[in-house]
Amino acid sequence: MNETATPVTKTRHTEPPPIEKVPALRWMRENLFNSPLNSMITVILGLGLVFALPDFINWSLFNSVWSGDHEACRVDGVGACWAVVGEKHRPMLFGVYPYEEHWRLIVALIIYLSVIAATLTPMFWKIKILVPLWVGNLAVCLTLMWGGILGLAPIDTSQWGGLPLTMVLFTGTVVFGSPLAVLLALGRRSHLPGIKSVCVVFIESLRGVPLITILFVAVNVFPLFLPEGLEFDKLLRVMAGMAIFFACYQAEVIRGGLQAIPRGQIEAAEALGLGYWQLMRRIVLPQALRICLPGLVNHIIAAFKNTSFVLIIGLFDILTATTAVMEDPVWRIFFVEAYLFVALIYFCFCFALSKYSQLVERWLSEGRRF
Amino acid sequence: MAQDSQSGPAVGDQPKGDTSILNSMAFRGIAYQVLLAICVVLGGLYLYVNVNANLDRQGIATGWDFVTENAGFDIGESPIPYDSEDTYGFALWVGVLNTLRVAVVGIVLATILGVFMGIARTSRNWLLSKVANVYVEVCRNVPVVLHVLFWATVVRFLPAPRQAIIPFDGAYLMNRGVVFPIPNEHPAYVWVGVAFVLGIVGAVVLGRWAQRRRELTGQYIPTFWWGLAIITGLPMVAWLVQGAPLSWNVPALKGFNFQGGMALSPEYAALVIGVTVYTGAFIAEIVRAGIQAVPHGQIEAARALGLRPGFIMRYITMPQALRIIVPPTASQFLSLTKNSSLGVLIGYPDLVNIGNTTLNQTGQAVEAITIMMIVYLSISLTISTAMNLYNRLVAIKER
Repeated sequence: MNETATPVTKTRHTEPPPIEKVPALRWMRENLFNSPLNSMITVILGLGLVFALPDFINWSLFNSVWSGDHEACRVDGVGACWAVVGEKHRPMLFGVYPYEEHWRLIVALIIYLSVIAATLTPMFWKIKILVPLWVGNLAVCLTLMWGGILGLAPIDTSQWGGLPLTMVLFTGTVVFGSPLAVLLALGRRSHLPGIKSVCVVFIESLRGVPLITILFVAVNVFPLFLPEGLEFDKLLRVMAGMAIFFACYQAEVIRGGLQAIPRGQIEAAEALGLGYWQLMRRIVLPQALRICLPGLVNHIIAAFKNTSFVLIIGLFDILTATTAVMEDPVWRIFFVEAYLFVALIYFCFCFALSKYSQLVERWLSEGRRF
Repeated sequence: MAQDSQSGPAVGDQPKGDTSILNSMAFRGIAYQVLLAICVVLGGLYLYVNVNANLDRQGIATGWDFVTENAGFDIGESPIPYDSEDTYGFALWVGVLNTLRVAVVGIVLATILGVFMGIARTSRNWLLSKVANVYVEVCRNVPVVLHVLFWATVVRFLPAPRQAIIPFDGAYLMNRGVVFPIPNEHPAYVWVGVAFVLGIVGAVVLGRWAQRRRELTGQYIPTFWWGLAIITGLPMVAWLVQGAPLSWNVPALKGFNFQGGMALSPEYAALVIGVTVYTGAFIAEIVRAGIQAVPHGQIEAARALGLRPGFIMRYITMPQALRIIVPPTASQFLSLTKNSSLGVLIGYPDLVNIGNTTLNQTGQAVEAITIMMIVYLSISLTISTAMNLYNRLVAIKER
């Protein structure tokens, strides 16, 4: 074999394949300078970054003021004034909630976030665990915030504020909105023209208007709907408005999932004698919800961001609280730092959730089951 | 009747269940719908009665008479002449126009930004795709309220008119907004406009012709550059034929503010930037997903055939990607329009802002909010109809 193979290689002039000695150079040629246009873009962008990035890093990290009062921030040549966060983080994070009682909010937030973390772990994905976990979580957190029992001073919802209020609004929106979304989606897919048309009109008209108008209805019009003497808490009304708005968008996502279920499965289930609710609960919905999971998570993220709309109607969520803090004439010129801090909180939550949903999608596509 | 049929089985003669009218699908269907209808009607009536009683008690007028009454408040900026002597109806109309002014400009800018960033994310240039990625992730995951608020505050902290930032000669950036020069009005510009429209028509006709020719003969004609030449050239010719009139209305500092030129208020600028940057990130993500949904084998095949990258983008990738891109982009346009209602937050006189003022002055919350909702519903319907038409154009043509 060798004797026959060697002459062939010798008769032809061969060169070893080109190998770049330095992997970094090779990477650069393949990813940064792979065409004249790309080389140009790289040079222009690179120059821009070289000029801007060091300034930004110096501003935000090395030259910034991390503590002290506003005088330290007004010295010439200093960068970001993170001291504004140090000085004002309490009113920003907790709003007008009484200062001495802030520990209750901190405890509630820690419990709440750990329950969310647990919910996201596949280990806990069992109805028997999740339902008691969440009921307990909500009970403990709301007790901590409301007070009035166990020696905790009662705090009215009008004094709730900051990040906990954002979380309350978000949780309320999702908890009340999701079942409504399923019902609306089922109604829209119903064979009964009466039910279908009511659901279509409801969903489409609410999706066509801005969230602000719905919040205006919740604040200004809803009290007019009630008989004299009956009143609902403003927080509850706003939460209901947001939940309905959320449900209309989520219903459309779920409808997409419902449409993807093959008709044969429904017919098979009907042939087996399953009733409508059994059919939906045991056959259709588990598959449909899994199919539209990315869409569902998108709207849950949107619901979290949408809580910031309450700024307009004067509920003290974290953004409203920050805006109020920034009215302080001493600190107001450091609004960039304050808003960046709030933006970072929103970003962490939303970004983590969207990355997590991509992870779950991968699990599901690998054929892993709950 | 229902009780009769239920007591039937108890007598023992009838076979169980299946003859009962309660078990009939048709009967149940009708019963559910009648039940729902009764609930809707009764609920509506109950609310109506309550609202009337409450309004009576609070002494608030009902009905639409307020629309023709004197508004009595000023509006910061208006595309049409308005003063406080005008009616509420007219004030609301100004609000509608202001909303549209933000929505249309925002949609155009967000589309440009989004398409650019979306293509950049799929670029083979690592640096460019990473920069676009950072933009998308950062802007998408921060609420639009915060975007708008941030830019509104930035604009408020720009220097006063006397120390205005001058990006180029004649344009000024300051805390009173942006002013820049515009050409003085001249009858010739009407003809330039006509020539521009003709140019677009010409370019479309040229494109059709070139496509037919390519399909018949296989000969490729670079229509993009010819089309661009027609669209820009025709107005130029029209302008030159009219004697090339050109005089600029340059803004100048008079007293404490600028006179002349085109002025954009700080609120308008902040609102447009805020919603554009936010929606642009979503459109970028949609465009990226659409482009990446085109099977890579097709692009490799096109490269193997020796097609140039621009050609591949134009004739292989985009026609297929557009089918995926258009429907979700339409809903982004809708959400941008609805988010323009954040004007109320920063004092831009959009529909919600003026509606809110009307509500506070007249107390007629139901009517004011109904007007807002109807206007937004009609804008939404118009946009989705237009986008559905466009979608039909780019959708797969099947027999």
